[in-house]
This record gives sequence, structure tokens and C-alpha cells, in this order.
Amino acid sequence: MQYLPNIIFALALALGLSFFAMNIRKLLRNIKLGKEVNRTDKKPERLKNMLMIALGQSKMVKRPFSGFLHIVVYVGFIIINIEVLEIIIDGLFGTHRVFKGLIGDGLYGFLIGVFEVLAVLVFVAVIVFWLRRNISNIKRFLSKEMKGWPKNDGNYILYFEMVLMTLFLVMNATDASFQQAGIGNTISQFIAPLFDGFSPEGLHTIERTCWWIHILGILVFLNYLYYSKHLHILLAFPNTYFANLNPKGQFTNLESVTTEVKLMMDPDADPYAAPAEGEEEAIPEKFGASDVADLNWVQLLNAYTCTECGRCTSSCPANLTGKELSPRKIMMDTRDRLEEVGRNIDANKGVFVDDGKQLLNDYISPEELWACTSCNACVEECPVNIDPLSIIMDMRRYLVMEESAAPQELNMMMTNIENNGAPWQYNQQDRLNWANEE
Amino acid sequence: MNVPTMADMMAQGKQPEVLFWVGAAGSYDDRAKKISRAFVKILHQAKVDFAVLGTEESSTGDAAKRAGNEFLFQMQAMMNIEVLNGYEVKKIVTCDPHSFNTLKNEYPSLGGKYEVFHHTQFIQNLIAEGRLKIDDTTLKGKRVTFHDPCYLGRANEVYESPRELIKRLGVNLTEMKRNKSTALCCGAGGAQMFKDAEKGDKEINVLRTEDALETKPNIIATGCPYCNTMMTDGIKFKEKEAEVVVKDIAELIAEANHL
Ligand code: SF4
Ligand code: SF4
Repeated sequence: MQYLPNIIFALALALGLSFFAMNIRKLLRNIKLGKEVNRTDKKPERLKNMLMIALGQSKMVKRPFSGFLHIVVYVGFIIINIEVLEIIIDGLFGTHRVFKGLIGDGLYGFLIGVFEVLAVLVFVAVIVFWLRRNISNIKRFLSKEMKGWPKNDGNYILYFEMVLMTLFLVMNATDASFQQAGIGNTISQFIAPLFDGFSPEGLHTIERTCWWIHILGILVFLNYLYYSKHLHILLAFPNTYFANLNPKGQFTNLESVTTEVKLMMDPDADPYAAPAEGEEEAIPEKFGASDVADLNWVQLLNAYTCTECGRCTSSCPANLTGKELSPRKIMMDTRDRLEEVGRNIDANKGVFVDDGKQLLNDYISPEELWACTSCNACVEECPVNIDPLSIIMDMRRYLVMEESAAPQELNMMMTNIENNGAPWQYNQQDRLNWANEE
Repeated sequence: MNVPTMADMMAQGKQPEVLFWVGAAGSYDDRAKKISRAFVKILHQAKVDFAVLGTEESSTGDAAKRAGNEFLFQMQAMMNIEVLNGYEVKKIVTCDPHSFNTLKNEYPSLGGKYEVFHHTQFIQNLIAEGRLKIDDTTLKGKRVTFHDPCYLGRANEVYESPRELIKRLGVNLTEMKRNKSTALCCGAGGAQMFKDAEKGDKEINVLRTEDALETKPNIIATGCPYCNTMMTDGIKFKEKEAEVVVKDIAELIAEANHL
């Protein structure tokens, strides 16, 4: 019986971690539905991006107010994880504040003292975040795509943080020996008097209850991530590592098209020639993207990483002028559709069975796609280097090359380029006239 | 105006220092043609040995690519690359950030590798080499604001060369609230120039013109023929033609130097 708490703890931990591992496997499988793209070059530059942007939050501080609050919560999160490590060891081996003996009173007191201060700062930051989200009229929190789950998701996390921080402080305040030692109880010493009238057993029960809810809460939180925009706390790292390093204006040159164009332009090519050995079976390449499997895996990773912060949308010229397009919605739609495809695969024993739906039209409308000016403001703004524009472009490619569904004026523009070498209907022979006018 | 072509040069057995890529707007659009001419005047003043492709130039394919037509883009690209490589072109300068971006970033993987300059970068080099001076008295004291073209700014991170040139004009450079990497698009990119905008409550160029007007400028400086058109239209929409003019940096320099 003496070991019962340890066994329960070990079971809870194992359950929490294995459920998490299962979801991560699902996540990886879904991301791998995407097409191959090579992002293994320039490793030092990638590493630097990851360290600066994900770890160092360098793009967050471009908006100083929310950037600062975010850093408080982020630092709090990382540092308090050290505390969680202690909790896990204590839980498994039945020890109490095991680090105290290991690293000595001085250092331990200092660390816990810092954690307590951080807990309060995080609490305050979270309250401000909540007020911004729910009370103030910040446009990017009020867009169409932020109704329902996305809105609640944001709030749930904030409540979670508030509860976890409170538990941590109350746990310390009701730990009699910790309070007596008087080291590191920077904040909790002011909470302790609230429990003055309690018997030692009563105090101990409260302390243990907080301890248990705290660690169980963290396990729940961990597993909540997969379903939440808060997945970014993990994926921001790979996402910034694998982000595009080319100039933002450089769009990919589709290789499948290059092959065909070369054939078309080669006067010696015989259009009726039998395909070369091994090519007969090749499935005709689909140009552009109409569903998630046509996107590459980095674009899918982007979708899971999106924080739904809306910085992209709030800088998008199309969105600012009231058009349907919202780059954040493009990312959220991509994730929703990818999840739907994933569930379909799960339900059908590992294979995708056509569900008559796709990302294009069922989630993202051509009207949204055609409103984009390809200005890259969304890409520039994203604090975790997501590229919504690349998805928009791939879907435009599908509309134009597979469905010939460009707006009429664009068709005219393209016909002009084809016939006159200019988007307008001018004669190529007049191309130098400008030099002799005036 | 003397604008030699690559074909002329070749006939004389000469290879110019740089090819001036005029672009479709610079060749055909009435407003943009003035930018091409202003830039040529500057090239003449600095005694730059240049040539154009003339009737051999064709659309870079930028608009087709951004509209999603990769086929048409690559066909244009390969045709142009054939011509450029035929003339052994090494260095290209253009007043059009879209051509700049496409030639610089998207042609290399199709076999067209050149050193490509936006005209503001090229002019800056001319000044650094002592081949050109800018008269800083003509426009002295004017309030100028610069609109960053997306395909020069964010797309290629060229923010300083246009600003350096503007400062050399002796004018008062003011920044809009959204500038450099946070600049707002003029609304023409991504092939929007060639179609009506989707339904919304405002045109993008009007919003951007409002950004510019907040700085109370005498001149809105641009470095892109499409931005120029969009901002000019915006000024007309706001009925501010009497107070504010929209000019390309090349035009401002030509004007300052009385060319
Ligand atoms: S690239 Fe397109 S989606 Fe992104 S900000 Fe510009 S217009 Fe909006
Ligand atoms: S794409 Fe980036 S900027 Fe846009 S909502 Fe997602 S995380 Fe925020």
C-alpha cells in the first residue's frame, strides 16, 4: 500500500506520454502525406533561424507589447519545466523536493524563488492576453475564422495557465517544511498566512492535492496540444528550421513543366515518339494543388504550426480592404482538411478513401485565391516563418493549368503574352517606339 | 533619343557594359515610357555603354507565373534566355522590380544566370564610381515619401538604395507608417494589375495612397512602373493632383540634373 501513490503516478505518466506519442505519430504520418521538398541544405543558416526565431523569439518582438507578454509566458513555460522534472522524480520515487538535497539550499531556494516570481508574471500576462482577446476590439481576434473552436481554444489555454500557476503557488504555500526553511518562498510566503488556521494534516492534504492536480494538469495540457493551435510551442522549432531560405520573391519553377516546355520548344523532339523505357507507367503529373496531398510536407508542417495569431491577416492588403482572403484562414483550412484526411485514413485501415471533398472549393474558394497580390506581407509578418503565399500560388496553378479557370481578364492577359510578348495587346514590333517619342 | 539595340551592337562587333531590360510597362505604357526615357537620359549622362533588346525583348512571364500559368512563364523564360545567352549578356539593369525579381531569382534554374540590378542600385553604383552626380539644389526642401515596391523590398530586401538616392536629391524624406518590410502593397502585384479587384470595401491603391498622404508629401517617389500607376490613380481618386505628384526616382534624378 505504501507504494500506491508511486504506482498511480507511474501509470498516469505512462498513459499521458503514450497517448501523446500516438498523436505525434499521427501528426508525422499526416505531414508525410505531403510531397517531397528538399530542405536539408544550408544547415548552419537553418539552425541559426531556428535559434533566433523559435528560441530567441526575434520576430515576436516586432509588435513590442504582445511580444513582451509572449516572452514572459514562454520563459515561464520553459523554466517551470525544470520544476516539472522534479515533480516527476518525486512522484516516481516517493521523494520530496529531491533537487533541494542535490543542488543545495542556496541554489534551490534561488531557483524556486525565481519560479515563483515568474509564476506571478505569467499569471498577469495571461490576464492581459485574456482581456485583449475578449474585451478589447483588436481586429485580428474578431475575424470570421476566429469564431467557435479557434476562439475557445485560445481561451482554454489561458485558463489552463492561470490554474497551473495558482496550483504551483498554493502548493508551495502549503508546504510547511518549505515555508519553515524560508528559502525560495518569495511569493508563497504571502499566500501562506491564508492557511494559518489549518491543521498540519489539512495543510498536507491541500499541498498534495495541488501537487497532483498540477502534474495531471500538465499531462492533460501536453495531450491537448495536438488538438490546439498551441502545437506551435513544439512545432515552431522544426518549422523555422525547414522554412524557405530563398528570396521571398523567388517562386519555385515547376520541374514537371520544365520537362514539357523543353520538349515543346525542341525542334528535334518527336511528339509521337514512344516514351523512354520505364516512363510508360508514369501517372500524368498534376499541376498545382487542389488538395492537401498535392502540397509539400513543409506546407503541411506550416499548417500544424500556425498559431492563429492573425499577424499575417492583419498585414494583408486584400484583407485590409475587405476582400475575402485571409492568409490565416488559408493555414487553418489546410490544417482542418489535413486532419479530416487523417481521420479518413484512420477509419479506413490506413488508406485514404475518396470522400468527394478537397481543399479547393470545399474549404478555400477561388475568390480568396484570386484576391492575393503575392506581396509577401503575410510571409514577412509570420512570427514562425509560415508561408501562406506558397499555398495560394500552388492552388492558383491548379486553377489555371488543370481547370483553365482563371478570371476572364487574366486569360486575356495570358493570351496577349503568348501572342505579343506583353500583357497588353500591342504589336511586338512597336516595342522600341518609346525611345523616339516625346 | 539614342537607344542602341543588342543587334546593332553585335553588328558592330561590340558588347555593351550592361543590358537595359525595359519590360512591357516601360515599353508600352504611356506613363512608364517616361520612366524608361528618364533612365536612358541618366545612362547617357553617366556615359554608360548600354543596349536594349528592342523588338527582341518579350515579357519575362512574371505576370503569367503569378497568375498560376507556369507553362506560359517557362516558355517566355526559355525564349528570353535563349536570346540573352545568344548575346552573351552578363549584366542586366531594369526599372521594373518584377522583371528584376524574375530575371534575378527565377531564371537561373532555367539556365539564365545574370547579374541583375534594379535601376536604383545601378545608379547608386554609378555615383559610387564617380560617374554620376546628383544636383541637390533643384528639388531642395520638397517633402518626399517613398513607396516600397513589394518585389524590390520584401521580395529581395532592397530597401536602402532608393532611399539613399532620394536623400541625395537634397529633399526631406519622410516615411509612411508602413514602410520597408512592413510596406503595404500598391495592389498591382500577383497579376492584379490586369484584372478587377475582388469584392471588398476599398481599393488597395486607395488605402496605400492614404498612407502616403498622411505624410503630407509634395512628391510620392516610386521605383516601379506598376506602383507608379497605382499611386497616380490613387491621387486622382483622392483629388490631390494639384498638391501631390507621383514620380519614379529615375525621373526625379533626371529632373534634378536638368536632363
Ligand atoms: S501575399 Fe497574398 S495573402 Fe499574403 S499578405 Fe499579400 S495579398 Fe495577402
Ligand atoms: S500563418 Fe503565421 S502569422 Fe498567420 S496566423 Fe499563422 S502563425 Fe500567425
